[in-house]
Amino acid sequence: MSTSPVTSSALRTNRMGRGEGLAAAGAGVILTGVAFWLTPLQGRADFLVVAYLAGVAAYLVGAARLEGRRSVVDRLAAVLMVTAVGICLLALGSVLVYTAARGVKALDWYFFTHSMNGVGPRDDAGGAYHAIIGTLEQVLLAALISVPAGLLIAIYLTEYGRGRLASLVRTVIDVMVGIPSIVAGLFIYAFWVLGLDRGFSGLAAALALSILMLPIVVRSAEEMIKLVPAALREASYALGIPRWRTILRVVLPTASAGITTGVMLAVARVTGETAPLLLTAFGFDSIRNDPFSGPQSSLPLFVFSQASSAFSTAVDRAWAGALTLIAVVLLLTVAARLVTRRNRLV
Amino acid sequence: MKRIEANRVTAFYGGFKAVEDVTLAIEPKHVTALIGPSGCGKSTFLRTLNRMHEVIPGARIEGEVLLDGEDIYAPGIDPVSVRRTIGMVFQRPNPFPTMSIRDNVSAGVRLNGSRRKSDLDAIVEGALQGAGLWKEVRDRLDRPGASLSGGQQQRLCIARAIAVEPQVLLMDEPCSALDPVSTLRIEDLIAELKDQYTIVIVTHNMQQAARVSDSTAFFNLEVSGDPGRLVEMGPTSQIFTRPTDERTEAYITGRFG
Amino acid sequence: MFRYVTAAVAATVLVVLLAMTTFLLVQAWPAVRTAGGDFLTERQWFPDATPARFGIAALLWGTLLTSVQALVVAVPVAIGSALYVTEYARPAVGRWIGYLVDVLAAVPSVVYGLWGLLFLVPRMVPLQRFLADHLGFLPFFRNPDDIYGKSVFAASVVLALMILPIVAAVSREVFRQVPRDLREASLALGATRWEMIRTSVLPASRSGVVGAVILGLGRALGETIAVALVLASTFDIDLRILEPGGNTIAANIATKFGEAGEIGRSALIASGLVLFAITLAATVAARGVIRRTGVVGRP
Repeated sequence: MSTSPVTSSALRTNRMGRGEGLAAAGAGVILTGVAFWLTPLQGRADFLVVAYLAGVAAYLVGAARLEGRRSVVDRLAAVLMVTAVGICLLALGSVLVYTAARGVKALDWYFFTHSMNGVGPRDDAGGAYHAIIGTLEQVLLAALISVPAGLLIAIYLTEYGRGRLASLVRTVIDVMVGIPSIVAGLFIYAFWVLGLDRGFSGLAAALALSILMLPIVVRSAEEMIKLVPAALREASYALGIPRWRTILRVVLPTASAGITTGVMLAVARVTGETAPLLLTAFGFDSIRNDPFSGPQSSLPLFVFSQASSAFSTAVDRAWAGALTLIAVVLLLTVAARLVTRRNRLV
Repeated sequence: MKRIEANRVTAFYGGFKAVEDVTLAIEPKHVTALIGPSGCGKSTFLRTLNRMHEVIPGARIEGEVLLDGEDIYAPGIDPVSVRRTIGMVFQRPNPFPTMSIRDNVSAGVRLNGSRRKSDLDAIVEGALQGAGLWKEVRDRLDRPGASLSGGQQQRLCIARAIAVEPQVLLMDEPCSALDPVSTLRIEDLIAELKDQYTIVIVTHNMQQAARVSDSTAFFNLEVSGDPGRLVEMGPTSQIFTRPTDERTEAYITGRFG
Repeated sequence: MFRYVTAAVAATVLVVLLAMTTFLLVQAWPAVRTAGGDFLTERQWFPDATPARFGIAALLWGTLLTSVQALVVAVPVAIGSALYVTEYARPAVGRWIGYLVDVLAAVPSVVYGLWGLLFLVPRMVPLQRFLADHLGFLPFFRNPDDIYGKSVFAASVVLALMILPIVAAVSREVFRQVPRDLREASLALGATRWEMIRTSVLPASRSGVVGAVILGLGRALGETIAVALVLASTFDIDLRILEPGGNTIAANIATKFGEAGEIGRSALIASGLVLFAITLAATVAARGVIRRTGVVGRP
């Protein structure tokens, strides 16, 4: 509803519309199709990549014919960002889908109920039962060690920690967060397996895993405890409840959802660890129900040893194990996020 | 000519209506002040004038805003060019912290293509003089923009805004974060700038509006949660001595807000 | 009294860690004593032979090479996706993309190794061949033996996928914390979205992103299993990343551990200590850089 005639406008600039942009991109893709049809260029992956590049190039050329340099640069930047996201999602999809596709083939009841005892490398037999038992026991033990210790340390740091011991502990926990998993394995290997001469065992593996779990538990518990409002604590003190009781009966329950999430994420992380287990549990083909003495297998170790083999039967087993492992880890991660919803502090 | 007309402008944040049905005209080479109690939508309305309102996700407007007769919200109008033409100075000074004073002032100019260094230097000096800051910083143009005092930073932002030679300058409570001395300096500056630019200033300080502006528009909202509305607009002297609407009178006499 | 219980637990953990470190040093000593200064310069790995000849030169080189290359691949993609989430996407879409990128971090490394070995490596052969044929004048891409398969290049791509989520997540936090005022300052001058990112977001995020990259580096340095599966371990020092070969400290420990004799074990432990020192330095550096920007780094 303008009142005066618009002859030349400083504001009105040409902009390529959405339809035109899509048309240009489509033209690039079609050109690529023709090129692949007529010339010796082959390959589905090649086609996809070249088609993508051609479509983007056509889109930008179409824009450049209408718009100024700055606008085209802006569009190029947007295209690059979207491509980056696309690469991430494509990679993730590829890993998950391919693992699932290869894994389901060997995944059956037999797989879950048999171990590798007596199975030769070329035999189409054997399963992951022993490995699953191992993982369950090792992760459980690791949690039993690291969760109470982690909680107590977190309580110490948040409620009582002022002074040199506290800052030292804090620094050490910070360092522990960054420990490569194989180094954690080395720690236990040097100390427990060799030094104290206890040999390989599921317990040794659990110790190594708790080195990895402890800092995660401490960190998330710390964060959650800090979020508990001071008013809640003060209400409890005002009723004459001593400090330690307040912590156990008021603070921890309030923070429990967040702490549970942290623990679940820590468990999800260590379930998938292989490197430290190489040096501590070492691996074992038969079922070992006792985690306290003797080498034991675990699911990641199982996948690793089967994957390193040259035989296709082993590789199939490796995929099945990998699928199981991913499924467990993802379930735990998703469950942890669901628990977060019930967190009244966040 | 640099005249702005707003016709039935309503601004939304998602589903929330912040300001409703505003129709007013901004005269060229005038200073127009938008006053009203906090939350009445005057800043929101100001931001619709240079299409900064839509930067917030979910924000949109209905109605039209005409710059010299041309609707800046018409399809085919690039908001980027609208913002070149209608500049803005914000409530808290926001110089680019990693840039020098010189680079801050020339930031907008440099975006629009390379100029020779000598051209840029002339533009920087002109803008800084226009903002009344040249004498104080001429020897330290390479120092970071954040090394200035609050009042100086705001004048730096004004210099940055006028360096791109906008037609209109929007100022959103430009002095509310500054001390009284800096405030008065900027008010003097506004009086000088109005020879060249159309200026719209949002302020919650009535005395400032009375000192600085030629026309004043009073915004108000009845109940918290309601959209803000334009109550009355007119020459500043008239609004402050003989307001037509009783709500305007209640506000300027300090009975609320 | 409760306070003493908790303090005691904390102190106990410290003591145990100290004991473990001591044991590590003690166990590493025999190898270091045997090799002497050669430990840092010798390329080959024959610790259990007589005479023993071993050193971590090739391992250090491989560790650095794969990690740096992984960064080269991962950092642009990570920053690009982080910018997309904070600057381009609608809030809901951005949140979901963030979740999905985080899922990349949850995948166990052995699965990455398996996928990398059996899916990616065969499919990267054409690409590697292309690089060698057409860009072979560059020292990186020369491949005189013309054999393609497991290589430093392939391992770096797999590694890049693994460090991508952490670089992206920290970068996202850093970008998110750039104040709105600053973005609006450049928009109000008539900047396009990319120009706004260039002038307001990126300069303000510089040190935070550097911190993110160093965190990614730390993660890459310590990765064992995926690399062990995708590298064909050799002990050369060169820049030819398309050739089969390469080895890292961590992968070496994993592969040589089973058959190591006494000096061999000691040597592996010693190499692990070196790795620990390097990753420690990287983590400390990252935290120092990030702390200066006020963004808390996440592990």
